[in-house]
Amino acid sequence: MKFLKNPAISFSALMILGIVLDFGFNAYIQLTVLFVLVNCMMAMSLNLVNGYTGQFSLGHAGFMAIGAYFSAYASLNFPVLPGVLSILSFTIYAFIGGGLAALFGYIVGLPSLRLKGDYLAIVTLGFGEIIRVALQNLNFLGGARGISGIPSLPEIRLGGFVLDRFFVSYSFAIFWCLLCFFVIWRLMKSSHGRSFLSVREDEIAAEAMGINTTKTKVRAFVLSSFFAGVAGAMFAHFTNYISPSSFTFLMSVNAIIMVVLGGMGSMSGSVCAALFITILPEALRSLKDFTGVDLRMVIYSLSLILVMLLRPQGMFGEEEITDLWRRYVKRSS
Amino acid sequence: MQDFLQHMINGLSLGSIYALIALGYTMVYGILQMINFAHSDVYMVGAFAAFYAAKWLGIENSPGFSTLIILLLVSMITCSLLALAIERLAYRPLRKAPKLNILITAIGVSLLLEYSGQVIFGADPKVFPEVLNDSILAEIGIVQLKLSDVTVLGVSIVAMLVLHWLIQSTKVGKAMRAVSLNANVASLLGINVNRIISFTFIIGSSLAGIGSVLVGMKYPKIEPLMGMMIGLKAFVAAVLGGIGSVPGAVLGGIMMGLSEEMVVGYLSSTYRDALAFGILIVVLIFKPSGLFGKSSVEKV
Amino acid sequence: MSNALLEVKNLTMQFGGLKAVDGLSFKVNKGELAGLIGPNGAGKTTVFNMLTGVYLPTMGSVHLEGLVLNGKKPFQISHLGLTRTFQNIRLFKGLSVIENVLIAGHQHVTYGLFNSFFLGPKFRAEENELFNSARELLKLFDLETKENEKAGSLPYGEQRKLEIVRALMTKPKVILLDEPAAGMNHSETHSLMDLIARIRTEFNLTVLLIEHDMKLVMGICENIIVLDHGCKIEEGNPGKIQNSKKVIEAYLGVDEDAAENGRAH
Repeated sequence: MKFLKNPAISFSALMILGIVLDFGFNAYIQLTVLFVLVNCMMAMSLNLVNGYTGQFSLGHAGFMAIGAYFSAYASLNFPVLPGVLSILSFTIYAFIGGGLAALFGYIVGLPSLRLKGDYLAIVTLGFGEIIRVALQNLNFLGGARGISGIPSLPEIRLGGFVLDRFFVSYSFAIFWCLLCFFVIWRLMKSSHGRSFLSVREDEIAAEAMGINTTKTKVRAFVLSSFFAGVAGAMFAHFTNYISPSSFTFLMSVNAIIMVVLGGMGSMSGSVCAALFITILPEALRSLKDFTGVDLRMVIYSLSLILVMLLRPQGMFGEEEITDLWRRYVKRSS
Repeated sequence: MQDFLQHMINGLSLGSIYALIALGYTMVYGILQMINFAHSDVYMVGAFAAFYAAKWLGIENSPGFSTLIILLLVSMITCSLLALAIERLAYRPLRKAPKLNILITAIGVSLLLEYSGQVIFGADPKVFPEVLNDSILAEIGIVQLKLSDVTVLGVSIVAMLVLHWLIQSTKVGKAMRAVSLNANVASLLGINVNRIISFTFIIGSSLAGIGSVLVGMKYPKIEPLMGMMIGLKAFVAAVLGGIGSVPGAVLGGIMMGLSEEMVVGYLSSTYRDALAFGILIVVLIFKPSGLFGKSSVEKV
Repeated sequence: MSNALLEVKNLTMQFGGLKAVDGLSFKVNKGELAGLIGPNGAGKTTVFNMLTGVYLPTMGSVHLEGLVLNGKKPFQISHLGLTRTFQNIRLFKGLSVIENVLIAGHQHVTYGLFNSFFLGPKFRAEENELFNSARELLKLFDLETKENEKAGSLPYGEQRKLEIVRALMTKPKVILLDEPAAGMNHSETHSLMDLIARIRTEFNLTVLLIEHDMKLVMGICENIIVLDHGCKIEEGNPGKIQNSKKVIEAYLGVDEDAAENGRAH
């Protein structure tokens, strides 16, 4: 497991997986894989704020919307570089989209992070909804009808090779997911990461020990919003259509469910939960066809309640899958 | 001027409904320090209970005072029972857990009620039974004072007076106040805290139940997501008044109703919903404790 | 030019109608080991909270080396060299022992997000230094073998010690100890007394402690300030305090058989 700690090796391994997915599976599964990656990023970024820093943010969808709308608008109104360089365009749009989301994270975070837990949750919820309502009323961004015809990442010809659209999108998503993962992971192994944890554990003690808790919380919030924005940009290019109703409170709740299910404070938990949550509705689709009634959301909300009542620490609690591996698997061998 | 008076009447009518629902939020927050996200969905269930009861009792087309009373009772009882079940099954086990957990659970319950409602009741709107033969009681120029508005105001005022009497003059009310100040000490003094908490949920939900029948009377279209918007506005009203404060919830509700009417009347109806968010953000940034709330100092 | 490192002038804390601290003034000299005592509810922890910025004094001022502290945020006060432990232990219970200490060292860290991502030389060097300092401190307090245990799982006495270690990691000039011996038995208290005297010398500290255990207070404090109902009623060396009628009355009430020395309440 240790060798995966090297980003280059992880990237290569996942690229190989991508090739397998490209040739071995149909378009439906491929799209699901892309959604899993978007959800991974949503979960990992929210975990930074909710899990590591202990601040309850209910407005993640809002930041995603900002990134999505920027990237969609930019890719439709500014020329995308040709050929291989198109990747560069999309990367820049995603980066700026994330940056814009981070800016909003700063504006929202700075005054709100002074507030107690419940209040912060409400402010962030309000923010998410305000973004949605604002987008509904901004006609140059499509208003309630949204933006359609958003370009996907194109296929790329490299010498004799043709990398098809799925593989290009997949690589793009993998790149950003790995970046998000390693940034957060390395951060958590540094003193800055430890200061996030101290805010979660005991704010008053942290302040007494010299931690600027407001600055720390804002930092986590801004970084989290950046990656949410990038996730939004990816979402826009994978689905080719976005509207204000794509970014409702329910999407924020979705992100919360993933973080809680995975374990608040576990990166691998967020990833596993993202996988589970993305696949579950598809798996339950057969149930819907069988019973004729869409019970998926009912099961969804019921599982949220049950997790909180029966296993509030989620799958991995504050540990990583490697810690559990070490404890349970290695011990028996 | 006449426009203004009409808006005032409408605003007061709307505001008293917000106040009724806001009281539920504020009372539960006062006693458990939690935001009961599911409150507005309990309200929705009350409306549907009244709808189905009217059908079952065959009174859906017979407006009148007795119909009003029956529907109010049905809604209040349904809301209370549902809220009791939720408190017992979903909230009580988490009393000692971190605040975040109970908040997430409340969101889960809210979603569960909404989606179950869509499955059970069907997502398309239903028409609430006619409760009153609405008539115009008084007319001054173009200002109309309708029976429905008077009923809303009347019922709300009666409910709030009963609540006030309950909290200030009864033993139970005193116990409620004690528990909201310090549950541990209250239990040491012999108060059955669990029972008081259950009682608070019953009162808060009954008020929401009253609200749902009044809303059904004024705006007869009901559907499983009807709690969302009104719940948000009522919640903002509670925060505005100072969450945890009973008079605050009433004042906040009235203010929300009046300001919404004014914005719709004099600005534009597109801002009707955005206004609630705007007020919320402003309150939370400048005075999070609201008008009557007090910020508590954490003991170090 | 006074030798006062920490000075408090006319400090008052009013909560609504209650004056928890009323017009308090005292000085703690550089390198001194001072004690703040008084019956329960006298306002001692409130004073600490005002010194560390948790409460904003209603009136009066706090000075550290001449610099005004009141109005500053707690983390700023920590950066200026004033640190504390808590009456009800406030460790980061879910984190490991060493993480608790490392966090207190964060204010001296200079590398940014960028360096930590690329594992640059500055990051490695500073992290090494942090870990080494933390381990040295833990060793001093016999906690080095428990480095990776969860702070919340330590026995009570060790948790108290860990709080002191954590506070020392901030490289303070002044350390405020809030009832460091609470819950300790005689031998533990004795070791603590030695420890406090030792850290005062080894770390060049000025110490102000709140305590109810009179053996500890009379044993190591050079200057003692006595509070009752928010006001200073006496100040002086242990001998003066032990023989003060005012102090005895404050603890035991008027017209009682007063114990000469030993435990008060």
